[in-house]
Amino acid sequence: MNISTTRKDFMIVNMGPHHPSMHGVLRLIVTLDGEDVIDCEPILGYLHRGMEKIAENRTIIQYLPYVTRWDYLATMFTEAITVNGPEQLGNIQVPKRASYIRVIMLELSRIASHLLWLGPFMADIGAQTPFFYIFRERELIYDLFEAATGMRMMHNFFRIGGVATDLPYGWVDKCYDFCDYFLTRIVEYQKLITRNPIFLERVEGVGVVDIKEVINWGLSGPMLRASGIQWDLRKVDNYECYEEFDWEVQWQKEGDSLARYLVRIGEMMESIKIIQQALEGIPGGPYENLEIRCFDREKEPEWNEFEYRFISKKPSPTFELPKQELYVRIEAPKGELGIFLIGDQNGFPWRWKIRPPGFINLQILPQLVKRMKLADIMTILGSIDIIMGEVDR
Amino acid sequence: MIIYLTEIQDIHFFFRLESFKEIYGIIWVFAPILILILGITISVLAIVWLEREISAGIQQRIGPEYTGPFGVLQALADGTKLLFKENLIPSRGDIRLFSIGPSISVISIIISYSVIPFGYNFVLSDLNIGVFLWIAISSIAPIGLLMSGYGSNNKYSFLGGLRAAAQSISYEIPLTLCVLSISLLSNSLSTVDIVDAQSKYGFWGWNLWRQPMGFIVFLISSLAECERLPFDLPEAEEELVAGYQTEYSGIKFGLFYVASYLNLFISSLFVTVLYFGGSNISIPYIFVSDFFEINQTYGVFVTIIGIFITLAKTYLFLFLSIATRWTLPRLRIDQLLNLGWKFLLPISLGNLLLTTSSQLFSL
Repeated sequence: MNISTTRKDFMIVNMGPHHPSMHGVLRLIVTLDGEDVIDCEPILGYLHRGMEKIAENRTIIQYLPYVTRWDYLATMFTEAITVNGPEQLGNIQVPKRASYIRVIMLELSRIASHLLWLGPFMADIGAQTPFFYIFRERELIYDLFEAATGMRMMHNFFRIGGVATDLPYGWVDKCYDFCDYFLTRIVEYQKLITRNPIFLERVEGVGVVDIKEVINWGLSGPMLRASGIQWDLRKVDNYECYEEFDWEVQWQKEGDSLARYLVRIGEMMESIKIIQQALEGIPGGPYENLEIRCFDREKEPEWNEFEYRFISKKPSPTFELPKQELYVRIEAPKGELGIFLIGDQNGFPWRWKIRPPGFINLQILPQLVKRMKLADIMTILGSIDIIMGEVDR
Repeated sequence: MIIYLTEIQDIHFFFRLESFKEIYGIIWVFAPILILILGITISVLAIVWLEREISAGIQQRIGPEYTGPFGVLQALADGTKLLFKENLIPSRGDIRLFSIGPSISVISIIISYSVIPFGYNFVLSDLNIGVFLWIAISSIAPIGLLMSGYGSNNKYSFLGGLRAAAQSISYEIPLTLCVLSISLLSNSLSTVDIVDAQSKYGFWGWNLWRQPMGFIVFLISSLAECERLPFDLPEAEEELVAGYQTEYSGIKFGLFYVASYLNLFISSLFVTVLYFGGSNISIPYIFVSDFFEINQTYGVFVTIIGIFITLAKTYLFLFLSIATRWTLPRLRIDQLLNLGWKFLLPISLGNLLLTTSSQLFSL
């Protein structure tokens, strides 16, 4: 006698690229059994713009405005990595003042990025109000950026050997005021969010990644530190002048969405600490290494050739990238942002490989959402913190 | 037999008078209904405006400002826009189910208003089973949502419809048990009798003090019935785009929008009627009884005051619901169902048991 097995019809649902809560233009093909996720397949590439190929046809100075379009919420970091590579290849020294200014800008950018992670993350689990609060603080950071760089988001501020301009008069005081104000706001967030029982119920134990998995998947940033590994490139690599400041690496043991949230909240506090110390100790002196304008310049750049004689405004001269290869990395808000750079005795890089943290961190998503509820997809995706600009490049 | 002309005229006059009486009778049947619907509509517009202003206050922004004084006409402007918007119907959906869903939701909620005593003897129909009429009819609204979800031929809509049905079933039971406890205390299912029972002992006679646990359970369950945050899972845009509303546009979407606010308003009214003494004004240490003795003859005045008191209490709960919406995150579907079945149901059953026991011992 044949016993008929019950047939299960799974529901296949497209989440994105135009789902109202999707982070950018990511597409998830989700297989559901009722409310339970059976499978999830991410599909990328909707925001691919050929950023790596563009880099191979531009000088570093020409390419700088492009890089802020990778992670368009943490723009200073993309600029920093873009100038750090050539600086290390050409062994260019950065003046102390410029280094301090860079640190201040990077940490402000980290806070801005974490704020614009927090708002949508809370919206993903149904709390709309923090989204408005985070913009209140983010606007103040934008005001500081605008005063220093002339632009709110896409700054084009970092230069090889320093920064584009010095800080304007009164900027340091304004930044101090912001730091004092922002600490009170973080306390407000903690009251509103961290102790909320519904929030805790939604994020505790959701999207757990253990230490072994974190290392095997090559995750970085808050994803890594939330799983119990105290690894922060600001401490490990000591780039810029982070070793001169007193601050702690933020980490948690649990490896769930709550741990990732707590790490990011803690990082904002630490960023404020770093900024305050940098503002206190900012030295005088030049904000740019002017010597790099003079050495290692291309002898006869192709721009001087006959075909280009009608170009009204010639691009700024740049130096040759030595025939070497180099991997540079930086601790971006989302994780390890790296560039594998190959020079070819040319003004243009021969290869410019971007290692975006969001792209690497996103790989674990299908594994994390399996056997979870439909509502948990957005919670987990939000806790990973991706920006499709850098994922698709 | 000679019938004079004047007599014929008199007969015609009386006959016309009778027909006028019939017409007046018909008008008198429909007038209160129309007045009630008009009042409800104005209240919904007020609630929408309140929602926007309160949410703006909570979120530290401005809110509606330009459409009318303080932006009060914003809801009217939105309604007009929806009225003139193209009414799209999914090509492969079930057109009948798709079209009838919003209407069922709205009509079932509007009928519930008939048993609400807005003031002293100011109720459309004082039924013996007033509160149970509301509970019975409020069960119909999710059928409309389920029809909409199924008729849309959209996976997100379908999931939203299923969620609405599951949520409604889960939270109607604790709600009903709380109402049952109140009925036991008042010895009646009539909303008017429930209000009168609370009026006997003034402020401290309100069911809020006699049924504190029931009140909390009722409040949570009514929020879930209204599908308001943190229980708005059927239309959770972070998960289901817009749930059962995804494929709707124009006036049909407008009907869903109105239905949600009508439901919120009726729930707040029932909280007022069942737990806060309805139109009962008695507030401790504020002696207004003498003032009312003077004006007892003026029935209209008393009725207006009663309506004002009822609405004031109702809007207090509306404020609570709106503030809750913009403060708390959303529950997950399994957490929502667990809360309903494993937490609220046992509490409401225990509450009913305690109420029954106390009533038995007081006999």
